[in-house]
Amino acid sequence: MPGAVRFMQGNEACVEGALYAGLEFFAGYPITPSSEIAEQLSYRLPRQGGRFIQMEDEIASMCAIIGASLTGRKVLTATSGPGFSLMQEALGFAVMAEIPCVIVNVQRGGPSTGLPTHMSQGDVNQARWGTHGDHAIIALTASNHQDVFAITVEAFNMAETFRTPVVLLFDEVVGHMRERIILPQPGELALVERLRTSVPGGVDYHPYLPREDGRLPMSDFGGVHRYNVTGLYHDMWGFPSENPKVVHGLIRHLVDKIESNVDNIARYKAYYIDDARTVLVSYGASARSALHVVESARRKGQKFGLLELQTLWPFPHDIVGEAVGRAKRVIVVEMNMGHILHEVRKALTNPSNVFLVNRLDGVFITPTDIRQALRLIEGKGI
Amino acid sequence: MSIHKYLRERFFPHIWCAGCGHGTVLNGLIRAIESLGLSRNEIVMVSGIGCSSRITGYLDFHTLHTLHGRALAFATGIKLSKPELNVIVPMGDGDALAIGGNHFIHAARRNIAMTALVMNNRIYGMTGGQFSPLSGCGMTATTAPYANIDPDFDVAALATAAGASFVARTTTFHVKEMIDLIRQAILHDGFSVVEILSQCPTYFGRKNKMGGAVEMLNWYKERTTPLGSKAKQNDPSLIERGIFMQVDKPEYCSQYEKILQKAQSANSQTKE
Repeated sequence: MPGAVRFMQGNEACVEGALYAGLEFFAGYPITPSSEIAEQLSYRLPRQGGRFIQMEDEIASMCAIIGASLTGRKVLTATSGPGFSLMQEALGFAVMAEIPCVIVNVQRGGPSTGLPTHMSQGDVNQARWGTHGDHAIIALTASNHQDVFAITVEAFNMAETFRTPVVLLFDEVVGHMRERIILPQPGELALVERLRTSVPGGVDYHPYLPREDGRLPMSDFGGVHRYNVTGLYHDMWGFPSENPKVVHGLIRHLVDKIESNVDNIARYKAYYIDDARTVLVSYGASARSALHVVESARRKGQKFGLLELQTLWPFPHDIVGEAVGRAKRVIVVEMNMGHILHEVRKALTNPSNVFLVNRLDGVFITPTDIRQALRLIEGKGI
Repeated sequence: MSIHKYLRERFFPHIWCAGCGHGTVLNGLIRAIESLGLSRNEIVMVSGIGCSSRITGYLDFHTLHTLHGRALAFATGIKLSKPELNVIVPMGDGDALAIGGNHFIHAARRNIAMTALVMNNRIYGMTGGQFSPLSGCGMTATTAPYANIDPDFDVAALATAAGASFVARTTTFHVKEMIDLIRQAILHDGFSVVEILSQCPTYFGRKNKMGGAVEMLNWYKERTTPLGSKAKQNDPSLIERGIFMQVDKPEYCSQYEKILQKAQSANSQTKE
């Protein structure tokens, strides 16, 4: 039986995906253009026994979801640029203490208060490096509502699999646009549930001792295992340690558990890539305009292709290099000054073939904008 | 009575300086918990950053050592998620009321059932003796070499004004009173605050020529008085101890239970 056909905002599709994934706890603070996520969840969560709280700021929101996650719940917060800045400290705590949680950033124009109701993709590097210190992070995105739903489910799955915060980097256009979506039926998409320890009560439990497969089974606060959780470097009991071997082992573990799984975490869509001479690389709402350009070029017999990225971090350099390495020209379409551009250049042996097509004025980049830039790149004038 | 079962003795010796009051708070806290007969599995202890925050690591409960000032925000997530847990939040004065001041007043306003212990040594000890919002005017600190001009908070008045439904103050000299007040605070169904004056001979005492731990404890004995005492009338500069506020009012998680019922009855009436 097909799922229900609905017409909704991208922010609502994110809510639907989160509830499908088993979301039980949300804490947030109002901010444009993400507020609809909090509004919808304040209504939906208590109807199914979940919990919603509006905190005093985004700092507290991020802290509250970490606390709730430790009690065994799937948790979410949603914000936009300035709020995402405030969350960075606690996001780093979730990295260090290995707390599964999902953070939505519906990007708007920055820096500072910027353009609250307009489109930007300027937080891509902030998602990667916003919190201090060496670390790894997972950041995902999507360009349409069906994919917003699916990638939100993936975000929860990856948060549980890798015991890590996962950032969903949507943008104002996807968040606020309304379009058709077919809601998947229960069971249609795979869900990853919390991996809990099988160690019985009374036996020494090591919350930070990875299994052979790298996963760390958890124990809910309130359960039979009492252990310590800290943002300090810590040993396998979670107790603070400055032992150089412990410190080195932990930082390597935190980075390697994600970076060594880059191929498993990579999500992308390839359109007409195989014989493409000109490949556009894009993500989020910008990928919609890029796809339009590619499809109209194909109708004219021009060998255009699109690589739409859904996993931005860890950046899948090998996959991108493989997919676009044979193209004569690679055009990165993004609404910032070139966050992914540099990653694409790193992925290729000839980075001089890689060009940026962007817009920085808060106005959504159109197929015409991309075509005009292509004429310049091809030396055909305006 | 064995209070040793509440300690993670393998993580001792603790990091506190000789003469620090925080060990006395640790002792009073576990004696209060022992007297209540609470199971270790139902207690979650959440702390921030600072000398005070290390108390969680030494205790055999579910313990969460978080970020500077944010303990109450983490604790709010735990409590609302699992209201059956007993949540205790030990904090320092700078932790609770400078960087964490916003979370403090909002936790009080919500009247969410948890116990905030403000271990007030009037100084940032871990970072080396800088003044805190509880140091008070005229005191000396490593960032107030000419004397501090920042007025201090009255923690009890602040907590009461913000909506806390149980507010008390005691000191590390008055240990029996401390145990009793912590006990009452844990039993209280709402946001409870116990301010515990705790000596820091290493920085606050040394910088302000207050002597060692013994002299500082004597200062607590001589410069504090029970709430409403005649001594206070004779000498208004004395610091009052006791229960400043104790009132029944709607507790946040209980109120959320009502929201759950309301939402779920709407659910059964209107099928989407």
